[in-house]
Amino acid sequence: MSSTDQALVFRAVERRRSAVAAFVRTLPPGVAVAALVIVLFVAAAAAPGHLQTHNPFRTDLYATLQPPSLAHLFGTDQSGRDLFSRVVEGTRQSLTIGIGATGLSLSIALLLGVTAGLAGGAVDAAISRFLEVLFAFPNLFLALLFVTVFAATPATLVIAVGIGTAPGYARMIRGQFLSVKRAGYVEAARTLGHSYGRVVRQHIFPNAMRPLVVMITLGLGQSIVWASGLAFLGLGVAPPSPEWGALLDAGRHYVTRAWWLEVMPGLAIIAFALSATVVSRHLQDRLEGRVHAG
Amino acid sequence: MPADGVPLLKVEDLRVSFGRDEPRGTVVKGVSFTLHPGRCLGIVGESGSGKSVTARSIVGLAGLGGFVHAKTIAFNGHSLIGQADRQWRRIRGRHIGYILQDALTSLDQLRSVGREVGEGLELHGVTRSAAERDARVVELLTSVGLPDPAIKARQLPSELSGGQRQRALIASALALDPELLIADEPTTALDVTVQAQVLDLLEQTKARGKALILISHDLAVVSRMADEVIVMCNGDVVEQGPAAEIFARPRHGYTRRLIDAIPSAHRRGSRLAPASAPRLRVAEEVRPEAVASGPLLEASGLVKRFRGPDKILRTAVAGVSFALAQGETLGIVGESGSGKSTVARIVMALEEPDEGYVRLNGLPWTGIAERERRARRRFIAMVYQDPLSSFDPRWTIERIIADAIPDTEAHRPGRVSELLNLVSLPASHRGRRALDLSGGQRQRVAVARAVASRPNVIVCDEPVSALDVSVQAQILDLLGDLKRELGVSYLFISHDLGVVHHVSDRVLVMSGGEVVESSEADDVFLAPRHPYSRTLLAAVPRLPIAPAA
Repeated sequence: MSSTDQALVFRAVERRRSAVAAFVRTLPPGVAVAALVIVLFVAAAAAPGHLQTHNPFRTDLYATLQPPSLAHLFGTDQSGRDLFSRVVEGTRQSLTIGIGATGLSLSIALLLGVTAGLAGGAVDAAISRFLEVLFAFPNLFLALLFVTVFAATPATLVIAVGIGTAPGYARMIRGQFLSVKRAGYVEAARTLGHSYGRVVRQHIFPNAMRPLVVMITLGLGQSIVWASGLAFLGLGVAPPSPEWGALLDAGRHYVTRAWWLEVMPGLAIIAFALSATVVSRHLQDRLEGRVHAG
Repeated sequence: MPADGVPLLKVEDLRVSFGRDEPRGTVVKGVSFTLHPGRCLGIVGESGSGKSVTARSIVGLAGLGGFVHAKTIAFNGHSLIGQADRQWRRIRGRHIGYILQDALTSLDQLRSVGREVGEGLELHGVTRSAAERDARVVELLTSVGLPDPAIKARQLPSELSGGQRQRALIASALALDPELLIADEPTTALDVTVQAQVLDLLEQTKARGKALILISHDLAVVSRMADEVIVMCNGDVVEQGPAAEIFARPRHGYTRRLIDAIPSAHRRGSRLAPASAPRLRVAEEVRPEAVASGPLLEASGLVKRFRGPDKILRTAVAGVSFALAQGETLGIVGESGSGKSTVARIVMALEEPDEGYVRLNGLPWTGIAERERRARRRFIAMVYQDPLSSFDPRWTIERIIADAIPDTEAHRPGRVSELLNLVSLPASHRGRRALDLSGGQRQRVAVARAVASRPNVIVCDEPVSALDVSVQAQILDLLGDLKRELGVSYLFISHDLGVVHHVSDRVLVMSGGEVVESSEADDVFLAPRHPYSRTLLAAVPRLPIAPAA
């Protein structure tokens, strides 16, 4: 690489950096904090070793059930393991389950929602009735059924949560397609003599899919809450694992003596779900703002 | 002008600004006037002129982030400057009534009309019992000419028609018998016959000795009511004085232009915008393809019925026939619900007629498969009332126009610029999005898209109804130029008789799904035969000036 090439690359990177800086500057403080929290969680999932203060699996029988202190930020559990390091260790599994469940749920929802929204008529009616039947079962019941029939592994948890949350998204996506199908610009494209396929490709699909980004971020937080809930009920990842829900499950026997065993993993779940929601709300405003403000 | 006694309202040097961004954020730059009982002040201006903010500031509702400065705002001799919210509430409703443009959004959708009208009576403790209040409400609704007032009082606003809602809103403003009534575009969304009724009502109020501030973009409406007129432009008062004088001898160029832009003040087909506007020149090759002789578009016995939410079939179009020749403009005029837009949709083959047929360029156009129609859709294009909703929000102007160019010549460079040039939009606008353009520019883009495929026929459904009168004039001129230069034919649909008369060669008057009159444009407007045409024509407010030659 010649020096001019390097200079160009450097300049390009600079420009991107300044664009990022400009973007960050326009973030409201609350959203910036939420984004930072998410970055921290992602870092914890990617490289837990760099954030952990202790080995999350090493027991220390001389320091069981220690309250939070400088030595142990989140306190220790009944075996003397450092809770902070365990929460960090569990991030990867919790996020993976959350992402997997959201991905699965959106895939199912897209398939059903897009088919119903585009096809209309009898197909739409059939899918809509099917979704209504799914809605009639409480989400938790569906997930419970799934986990009971199959073994309680992280994969089962992903599938259970994915199926449980899919009907809501499917209905939302169907509604999007139906409303975009009625938009003035779709009719205008028809009067130009474009084929239906072209109208779907050019207008209906991109415009109907616009809220998807927001749905993904909102869904992530929700899925993690869901997965943790199931794990807490002993229906997901089993307690020796530091998955957040499993941590909650393990700590509930000691809740009268060691509040931090429940509060700290709970805070992690809340922090992630809240941050994901705040960021997605902001994205929503921003994306829709772009639609309105050009 | 009777200037004796204390004026009811005295405003001196009213300035309103939004945000700290002076002077750019200043939307009202020094308005002064006095208003006496039984008089009407008209405030005229186009969108963004500051006329509504002026009126809202007088009742202390300038809006969020608005700063109001004035030397004097005195009502009945008492200063209104620096009032607390609580004091304002005692004045609003009781002493100053306010009528907003959109009755549907200003009335609570979940409360009956009677409760809405009676709310003020209750809040200000005028009536002591529910029975007394209800009796007063029915009395008020009767006074604004609402049919079956006792029944209407129990209905929800959504169950009333637009004109009835507007009258209910006026009734609620009149409930406490305020000395001053402010009406902000009170008739803009209404059909002309309903508008005439509402204006009559306001006139009666004025005759009872109430003062009135009437805000409108419609000079003719203001000229009918106002004793004194303020003409506003970009926050400035450009002209102020007795109404008769301003309309007869406008001194300011802007007022002159506003009056000139009104189609009914002109000879049919003449240009409306100032002469300095560039005349359009079209390259030979943009002309649409020539067609065989005979009518371009022929509709015969069109009938369309729709099933309402109550499962009852209603006939929207009941036997409409017409023919459109090359280079001709056929106007369709009618009030809301007359079926004129349904005719447009049938002609665009967006809706199949239940009976009758349409032929385009001598070939069947309805009753055939969409697949057969698709290749011929380029011969007929449409311009919508709301261009914004007809553009994909993600697309730039360039892409919107390029998308309408037939595939056979889509890759010819410069075609988009050519079309932008044709509608007098700078080529620099091609990268913009429709949201960044003004209403008039958007409609120009819509026209460019319509002519992109070189159609023979362009269907215009209320193309200028959402535009300010000066912008409307430019678009009408543009359509006229394109007709002359390209030889296209228009099916021109509008509720505005002045506009239809100005652009059309022949006119259909529609009412209740039927064509009640069909003849040469001048005949319909100068010597209407059908009683409905006469009613429609009589309801149009007119400027007290002779038509310009």
